[in-house]
Amino acid sequence: MSGVPGVQATVTTRGHVVIDVDACKGCDLCIDACPPRVLVMTTHEVNATGYRYPLLLPGCTGCKACSQICPDFVFQVYKLAEPVEVPLESAP
Amino acid sequence: MTAQLLEGSAAIGEAMIAAGCRFFAGYPMTPFTEVLEHMAKRLPEVGGSCVNAESELEAVGMAWGAAATGTRSATGSTGQGLSLMQESIAEAAVAQVPLVILNMARAQGDYFQATRGGGHGDYRTPVLAPMDVAEAVVLVQRAFHLADEWRNPVLLFGDYYLAHTYSSVDVSPLDLGPLPPKDWALDGSSSGSGRARLVSPLGDTKRRDEPGYDLADFYTRAAAKTAAMVEGIERLADVGWCDDAELVVVAFGTAGKYVRYAVAQLREEGHRVGYVRPVTLFPFPDAAVREAAAGARLVAVYENNQGQMVDDVRLALEGSVPTRFIGRLSLDTSGFGIAPDYDVDVLRARIGGLLAEIGGGS
Amino acid sequence: MTELRIQRVEGRRVLDTGAAPPGARLVDDFTPSLIDVGEHHLCPGCGEPIAMRSVLETIEELGVIQRSIGVFGIGCYTAFSNNLDVEVLQALHGRAPSLATGVKRAKPDTVVFTIQGDGDMVNEGLQEVIHTAARGERVTCIMLNNGVFGETGGHITATTVLGQRTKNTLEGRDGREHGYPIRLSTMLAELEGVAFVGRCAVNNAGNVARTRRMLRRAFEAQINDEGFSFVEILTMCPTGWFIDTHEAPDYLEQHLAATHAIGVLKDTAARNPAVGSEA
Repeated sequence: MSGVPGVQATVTTRGHVVIDVDACKGCDLCIDACPPRVLVMTTHEVNATGYRYPLLLPGCTGCKACSQICPDFVFQVYKLAEPVEVPLESAP
Repeated sequence: MTAQLLEGSAAIGEAMIAAGCRFFAGYPMTPFTEVLEHMAKRLPEVGGSCVNAESELEAVGMAWGAAATGTRSATGSTGQGLSLMQESIAEAAVAQVPLVILNMARAQGDYFQATRGGGHGDYRTPVLAPMDVAEAVVLVQRAFHLADEWRNPVLLFGDYYLAHTYSSVDVSPLDLGPLPPKDWALDGSSSGSGRARLVSPLGDTKRRDEPGYDLADFYTRAAAKTAAMVEGIERLADVGWCDDAELVVVAFGTAGKYVRYAVAQLREEGHRVGYVRPVTLFPFPDAAVREAAAGARLVAVYENNQGQMVDDVRLALEGSVPTRFIGRLSLDTSGFGIAPDYDVDVLRARIGGLLAEIGGGS
Repeated sequence: MTELRIQRVEGRRVLDTGAAPPGARLVDDFTPSLIDVGEHHLCPGCGEPIAMRSVLETIEELGVIQRSIGVFGIGCYTAFSNNLDVEVLQALHGRAPSLATGVKRAKPDTVVFTIQGDGDMVNEGLQEVIHTAARGERVTCIMLNNGVFGETGGHITATTVLGQRTKNTLEGRDGREHGYPIRLSTMLAELEGVAFVGRCAVNNAGNVARTRRMLRRAFEAQINDEGFSFVEILTMCPTGWFIDTHEAPDYLEQHLAATHAIGVLKDTAARNPAVGSEA
């Protein structure tokens, strides 16, 4: 849909996670566990102990799959007060 | 309460109940079995619980669990069964679990197992050795008191004679003085409080700052606590006619009762012989033995084994008096610890031989 | 209107995960409230902290925290035994069910659970759990089964599946040489004293949710005085399986769960349709 001229593509975001980056051991379990697939691992950035860690893309639903499967208690999960439409392509 | 005629096993059971013991677990084995029978019948009547454990490993585990709730708890067996329990006894000592463990031993070959411990690590367990049913009624209650006072397993060393002799005894609860509150005991109530309790052989406090046990800190403190217990426990010994004795005979438990009688007869006949009967086998009553033997020319040790406590007697005397072992393993065909040598004439003959040798007596 | 701050990391447009957006409602905190210190020394991708979280949050949900006592075996999970805001009795390797029996008999109003691994429960202490189950003790035993001695670095246990390579079965477990795996849950389900037996896993979000339902039912069986209850949780041990952490969930599915099948094996009450329907 991003290919349709004149249409601003957005993704509905209902949840959010706070990530304790330095607690992460880079195991990847959250990546596959995330139903909307909005977690991605860094490829070269590492945390204080040298592990890659997850980044959050727009589209989180606040479902808790990541926090429930994380062995290192890295995630704090929130439901947003109201859904937010996050533009996919616009600059930050 | 008035005296009642009880078999030793029943008297020990009643003494445990009088001491407030409300949990018992055991696995049948001669000559311990009748203690289990008695507890299985009696504990439910007083609101307690007795589990017929499927092995000694499980029996000591169950008693450990119940004791961790602050409930006075006990288990027992014979030496063979206690061999199976040793891992738990060793760790329960470090975990500061106040357990009482009965060894209704076959003969006296478990002295080293009881006093040295067959388990691993740097632990000790106090050991009390009654000579008869009446003394057992008192020492059983003392065992629970010591266990709570020092938060440590305590052993009672009995035998076939103690388990199966009928005696008229008064099993009234004894007031042995105040004890520290069991504020460490588990009942679930501190869960969720931010200060949940922990009973563990790996540490006695939860660390709120960082993960993992600090074993160096804990083991060092546990060792200090063990040392304080060894220093602090009153060392009991029954001593008689030693003031002018040229020969002092040392024996414990049932053997001690027979030796005492043989020595009494020899005294009446004018021989300068005395006896010492250690009641706390650990900590060993070193001072009492040393003092009793101070004027003696010879110390003899009688045990129904190949010579175990004789080591402790020699350690107590530090070479000051020659020490001779006059015991031996004495069993009937059952192997349960019924000793043909427990005969006053036999013991008199052995002691008399030594008196002749040192020229003591009338 | 809620605003989500966007930032760029490694050239990607990602959300700022440093703080919660205003007005957002917390639904799951970092560390479960019954764990004191979330940091631990377990390996990356370990399934045991996931299982611990499930157990503790179930106790919290059931409202029985102030009656709860955990009895721990010896394994990697022992890292949590001095780290919970739940009363803990630390047992010897294999002996937790007997200690739990003593606790429950002495204090019948408590909610008692054991946390043990497959090495602890099935190797060292097999008879303990079997007898405790047969007696119908009102306790809940929980086995974290990763099919390997994780703490020693990856050695064969009684539940290791055929063909699995471990440090002492280098060519893989061969039934003729090393014996065959024990399916403990299956054995326990046969016993009359047992009210509930379930086997689940923590290898994906769906199975974690299912594990939670089984744990809830198991604790209810204890609280309702129905009998002994048992939950076996298959957990990942990428270190002891000698694979990458991201391969572990699939490895669990294809190897461990192929021998130790997930499902409810026994539910005498089957009062909870959510769990009962899974049988």
